[in-house]
Amino acid sequence: MKLVMAIIKPFRLDDVREALSDVGVQGITVTEVKGFGRQKGHTELYRGAEYVVDFLPKVKVEAVVVDELVDQTMEAIITAANSGKIGDGKVFVTNVEQAVRIRTGESGNEAL
Amino acid sequence: MEALNGIKDLSYALDTFYFLMAGVLVMWMAAGFAMLEAGLVRAKNTAEILTKNISLFAIACIMYMLMGYNIMYGEGINSVIPGLSFFLGADNDPAEVLKQGMDTWYDGSYYSGMSDFFFQVVFVATAMSIVSGAVAERMKLWSFLIFCVVMTGVIYPVQGFWKWGGGFLDANGFLDFAGSGVVHMCGAAAALAGVLLLGARKGKYRADGSINPIPGANMPLATLGTFILWMGWFGFNGGSELILSNVGEANAVALVFVNTNMAAAGGVVAALITARLMFGKADLTMALNGALAGLVAITAEPLSPTPGLATIIGAIGGILVVLSIVTLDKLKIDDPVGAISVHGVAGIWGLLAVTLSNGDATLGAQLLGIVSIFVWTFVASLIVWGIIKAVMGIRVTEEEEYAGVDLAECGLEAYPEFTGAQGSGK
Repeated sequence: MKLVMAIIKPFRLDDVREALSDVGVQGITVTEVKGFGRQKGHTELYRGAEYVVDFLPKVKVEAVVVDELVDQTMEAIITAANSGKIGDGKVFVTNVEQAVRIRTGESGNEAL
Repeated sequence: MEALNGIKDLSYALDTFYFLMAGVLVMWMAAGFAMLEAGLVRAKNTAEILTKNISLFAIACIMYMLMGYNIMYGEGINSVIPGLSFFLGADNDPAEVLKQGMDTWYDGSYYSGMSDFFFQVVFVATAMSIVSGAVAERMKLWSFLIFCVVMTGVIYPVQGFWKWGGGFLDANGFLDFAGSGVVHMCGAAAALAGVLLLGARKGKYRADGSINPIPGANMPLATLGTFILWMGWFGFNGGSELILSNVGEANAVALVFVNTNMAAAGGVVAALITARLMFGKADLTMALNGALAGLVAITAEPLSPTPGLATIIGAIGGILVVLSIVTLDKLKIDDPVGAISVHGVAGIWGLLAVTLSNGDATLGAQLLGIVSIFVWTFVASLIVWGIIKAVMGIRVTEEEEYAGVDLAECGLEAYPEFTGAQGSGK
């Protein structure tokens, strides 16, 4: 089991959700977050003078998937979230040791 | 004879009623200033700016009744030094008014004296409202209110006497229909003196001297305030025609309304386009200031231009205000709402623009008026602000400024979020 975590642009969320459904991901968790990467912040304008907003709004998408699905999941996110412009975000993958479905007590791949 | 008296009665009543309702519209401009300023300051300074706005209005009314009106419209010692007396006199005697012949009717007492006071008192409050926005977010409340006493009781009435009270500016042919100079530039000059002694808000300029903008908290309120001011201006300029009750005057009033409206429209469009060309974005706050700049610019002469020329006069006001705001910012004259640019720069432009349409205006007389009003108001204000600064200080402490003057001066917040479930703060 792997945790696929992606930071994406908010307006790409619907596309990413659909792409994940298409490859068979059963569930995702979404959080509204703020941060910066190489894009840094952005400048806003008030009465002719610029100022920098350091943290930009992004969406964090998390999905735990079986090992065989990791590559497809990453591919789906990367394709759907790509706008070709700076600030599209990143995808991270980490190991997950255990998973349990609370209602039934199923564990491991069965719980996903 | 009775029928003629009936016409005189009706004419007197109509003009008095018109004057009072115009005064009500101008009174409502106080709400416009309050909302505009509340929208353009940060949330932590909202309650204090509202306190200032309602208090200055009340103080202006009391001081003007006590002495301001008499200084401005009483018998002067000469054409420069006004006389001094206190409290309002009696209104016109009905029998005396009716004795006046129809041939001289419109030269004389065509409306109630009290309605004249009412209309004038809301003007002095307008001039004082201009100051509150420029010194927002860092001035001590009570220092501001003490200045308000002197400004509305003495400084404003003295220069008002020079023009509308029949003093030397009037005698020299200076023209200012509804107060681009007497009201707006006067308020801006007092504001500039205060801002220079006060200094910029903490954080407005970075260590390297570059500008760090401090965005206002509430654009809907600022926009509402601008619309209220725009509406109130019909009373400001329309009422300044003074009478309505014959065909010629009624036409004049209608033209003043139309020109006032057109100038505001021209100001908005010009400011919006100027901001777009200069900054690449359509800055709403500049469009709002553009409306007000157009209105201030047409105030000196809303009667003689055609509606087309009025639009252009307003539009030039709208361009000037954007350039002025940017320039003052660079000069480190920190004016959170742009009051000095809107009322001062556009006011000067309006006074000069009188020469475009009114054949009686001369550039020399207009310049004499601009210099006289500005120098008197600026120097007198600088002295008064200076005395207040030396005696009790005019600026809150750095810590109070950081926490917001709402808490420091008023002990409350405009938008309290952490009260208990009962709303009692427990």
